[in-house]
Amino acid sequence: MPDTPYLLAAIGVSAAVTWGLRALPFAALAPLRASAVLHHLSERMPVGVMVILTVYALRDLPLTSPMRAVPTAVALAATLGLHLWRRNAVLSILGGTAVHVALASTLFAHP
Amino acid sequence: MNSTPGGTLSRPVPPLGPAADTNAADTNAAAPSARNDLTAALRDSSSVGLGLFPLGIAFGVLVVHAGLSWWWATAFTALVYAGSLEFLLIGLVVAVAPLAQIAMTAFLVNFRHVFYALSFPLHRVGGRFGRAYSTFAMTDEAYALTTGRQARSWSGRRIIWLQVLCQVYWVAGATAGALFGALVPARLVGLDFALTALFVVLAVDAYRARRDVPTPALALVCALAARFLFPGQMLLAATALFTAGLLTRRALTRHRTPAPKEPTRA
Repeated sequence: MPDTPYLLAAIGVSAAVTWGLRALPFAALAPLRASAVLHHLSERMPVGVMVILTVYALRDLPLTSPMRAVPTAVALAATLGLHLWRRNAVLSILGGTAVHVALASTLFAHP
Repeated sequence: MNSTPGGTLSRPVPPLGPAADTNAADTNAAAPSARNDLTAALRDSSSVGLGLFPLGIAFGVLVVHAGLSWWWATAFTALVYAGSLEFLLIGLVVAVAPLAQIAMTAFLVNFRHVFYALSFPLHRVGGRFGRAYSTFAMTDEAYALTTGRQARSWSGRRIIWLQVLCQVYWVAGATAGALFGALVPARLVGLDFALTALFVVLAVDAYRARRDVPTPALALVCALAARFLFPGQMLLAATALFTAGLLTRRALTRHRTPAPKEPTRA
């Protein structure tokens, strides 16, 4: 079990790297902000990044054993369906997660 | 084309006077706005931001189920504040991974934030402390909310309030989840899907802002390619491929379509 100094150091390292990645580019990219290429990129980045993050969150989906992927697939459909239908983020996230927990801990529970 | 105020990023902040800082001056100029900004931010954050609360609960439950004390959930969410990294961090610290590996993971998982500087409206945020906090709290959710079409008129204070509220939902959710985690049976698996659901919601909302199918399609292809070709560095590879793809597409389409506005000379 990790001890307190180690956990604090882990938090410190994570926080420093994360903040650095978020803050430093503002200084580095400042002279390039008027660039048409960067403007083009920045307009298209948000949707692409979110798609990439979605695939990233699903990276451990066991594609070789389809039965174990069923809860995730159904929950994904539920989240997407709810969000396209009601456009309410909280409802979509809660609904999708509830479906996933329900399926993964009952019908599709694996020891 | 009113979205990017070109080159105003490092707008010089007026020197701070002895009594009044820039924010105080702003408050006097735009009379009743301080309260309104908070109210507006409450409304702005009610969609995606509130989704952070159940996500925080999931995180808190996972922290105590990993064998850590409940208050570590509060410490992690308050100090690191990068959702997807924190979920990974639980596994790393429980395995007592070397700090260098933690630093590397943090770098790879959060490298995408480098690109957020291109469109995040930091130039509207005033004051050194405000900017410091705004970059610290520039999460995927804050980025998605503040780069949307509806956010173009938001003031700096409204953006800061939005970020503060998002972090409050996240920290409160994690703390509550950790405190009640002991009551949740360990059999209740699959809570971590909340993170996936959040990204799906953010992707749909970002698509609605710009109804441009090729861009998300390109991102999907890049993400899948990175998933199978570079599984160890998926996020970094996917973001790099996607950026390269966008640049290539731009170069190709610019060459194919003759610039219509240029006067043709015979």
